Amino acid sequence: MIEVTNLGKQFRDKQRGIFRAVEGLSFRCQPGRIYGLLGANGAGKTTTLRMLATILAPTTGSATVAGYDIVREPQKVRASVGFLSTATALYGRLTAQEMVEYFGRLHGLAEPRLRCNLDALFQRLGMNDFRDRRCDKLSTGMKQKVSIARTLVHDPSVMIFDEPTAGLDVLAARTIVGFIRECREAGKTVLFSTHLMNEAEKLCDIIGIIHNGRLMAEGSLGDLRERYLQNDLEDIFVRVVQA
Amino acid sequence: MSWRNVGVVYRKELTDSLRDRRTVLSMIAVPILLMPMLTIGLGVVSVLLFGRAMLEIPTVMVLGGQDSPAVLAALFALPEIRIVPARPDYAREISEKQIRAAVEIPRDFDAAVARGDAVTVRIDMYQGELKSGFGADRVQKFFTDYREAVVRQRLQSRQLPARLAAPFVIEQKNVVAPEKVGGELIGGLVPYFVILLCLTGAMYPAIDLTAGEKERGTIETILCSPVSRVHLVLGKFLMVLTASLFTALLAILSMGMTFVAGKKILERLSPLNATGLALSISLKAVIWVFVMIVPLAVLFSAALLAIALFAKSYKEAQSYLSPLTVFVILPAIVSILPGVDLNAGLSLIPVLNTSLVSKEIVAGSYPWNYMALIFASSCLYAAGALAVAIHLFQREDVLFRT
Repeated sequence: MIEVTNLGKQFRDKQRGIFRAVEGLSFRCQPGRIYGLLGANGAGKTTTLRMLATILAPTTGSATVAGYDIVREPQKVRASVGFLSTATALYGRLTAQEMVEYFGRLHGLAEPRLRCNLDALFQRLGMNDFRDRRCDKLSTGMKQKVSIARTLVHDPSVMIFDEPTAGLDVLAARTIVGFIRECREAGKTVLFSTHLMNEAEKLCDIIGIIHNGRLMAEGSLGDLRERYLQNDLEDIFVRVVQA
Repeated sequence: MSWRNVGVVYRKELTDSLRDRRTVLSMIAVPILLMPMLTIGLGVVSVLLFGRAMLEIPTVMVLGGQDSPAVLAALFALPEIRIVPARPDYAREISEKQIRAAVEIPRDFDAAVARGDAVTVRIDMYQGELKSGFGADRVQKFFTDYREAVVRQRLQSRQLPARLAAPFVIEQKNVVAPEKVGGELIGGLVPYFVILLCLTGAMYPAIDLTAGEKERGTIETILCSPVSRVHLVLGKFLMVLTASLFTALLAILSMGMTFVAGKKILERLSPLNATGLALSISLKAVIWVFVMIVPLAVLFSAALLAIALFAKSYKEAQSYLSPLTVFVILPAIVSILPGVDLNAGLSLIPVLNTSLVSKEIVAGSYPWNYMALIFASSCLYAAGALAVAIHLFQREDVLFRT
């Protein structure tokens, strides 16, 4: 479960002075459901997700992830979250196995459990052929699998994806989309950000439209269609943003 | 404080860094090869060149002296120089290195000497040019010996003892052990090589573990793991410190072995034969130099980590860190200047204090009070730098600087 209440973040910028990237954001993500934050570039999606993953500290408001407060218990939050984005790269000089092992150890997994989780993940994701190959020698698809294994090694109850398919080819993107669905089926809480309308349509149970750091509309795809009298998500998005 | 997490981060960083060619090169290859190349390599070349210059029979032009057959005959009989006939543009020939020196014998030299008149023999040379110096020295020695022979002859003819001209003898004697003399000579090299390599050895890992992570996009990956930022920075810091100390240790060992091997090689090659100096570092000195360098390595590692973290990319970090070598070379140069001796004030100046005390230790002196002061002050600076590095690792504007 993720509960966000009146969350805000401001940055100091040399050119713009104080800049509010996120303001008054409130929403709730339920276990077994995918919540999609839909917004254009610069809307505040990445800042929001980074705050929920405790990489950035909020300026105002609060949020709990898996029952832990993001400001008071950041380490417990990170222990409960799997965070994946195109910016979360791999250590090129480590092998696929070393990379996943490293994160397992950072999550405090004891060696027998780490070994067990690792073998199961490598088997499930079909990674055994390249487990001893260095990450910088892997194809994009293989790298995505290593990233997925890295986020799942500690079996988190909450998954946060920040534009996970950006810059990927169709096949690599399909692997990610499939993986997000698997997370929902496994009963995990899934928060996902994208600027791609078709991805949001395909995946999300609830869509939150974010613009200029504020949540402008929220609901299932059916709800939004009904509310804005438009069938196409792109048309709904444009209407919400322009309003 | 979970040292387990620090250990996990450290082990990963160590594995990762040992697979980075640049780090391995600066950590292992440079300290092992630099010292023998600079000392033995340069030493062999200079000894060979010096030896060749000494073995050369210098060409010397004699100007005048036709009316003084005695001195001219003695000069011509000298096997160490080759006499060439006088030419008017001898100065140009010296400056163009066609001849090494010229000697002007004044008119009526033999007769004037016989009469006891004061006369001056002038030697023309190219000041600062090694081979010209050798030529001029040999001519100078000839005339000094010739003058002494004349004095002896005069005393003999007046039946006076030879010691009348030399009532006493002056003698310089070294009363310090050869190891200490050798140590004084090579002690200045320690700050140059060991301290400089201690910095350069830490430089690449420090960049790779901070700005390198930002550039490769792994900083966000590691920040979303549950390990605290303090543990993360300590793990990284320990890796940079390992690189720094390992480089310094290799540099000290390489220096010790270089002096042993270098002395043997240079003695065999040198036409002057053995210098009689004990160019070696005792094991005790190696250990104490290393102990004194530990807090300096901590200071370097923490400072490099903090500065490199501030950079957005590998290149930017390199441009921030490269000028730091000046801050290490300058105190190292100051420490080998004549007259700069360790005192309480200098013991508080970072880098310079370790440079000076290393020099003392290599020379066989152990000023324990200064060593304690230097160790304590260096530890204090190191702790300050580490605190800054930890603080910067908590700052979002530094970690996500764009």
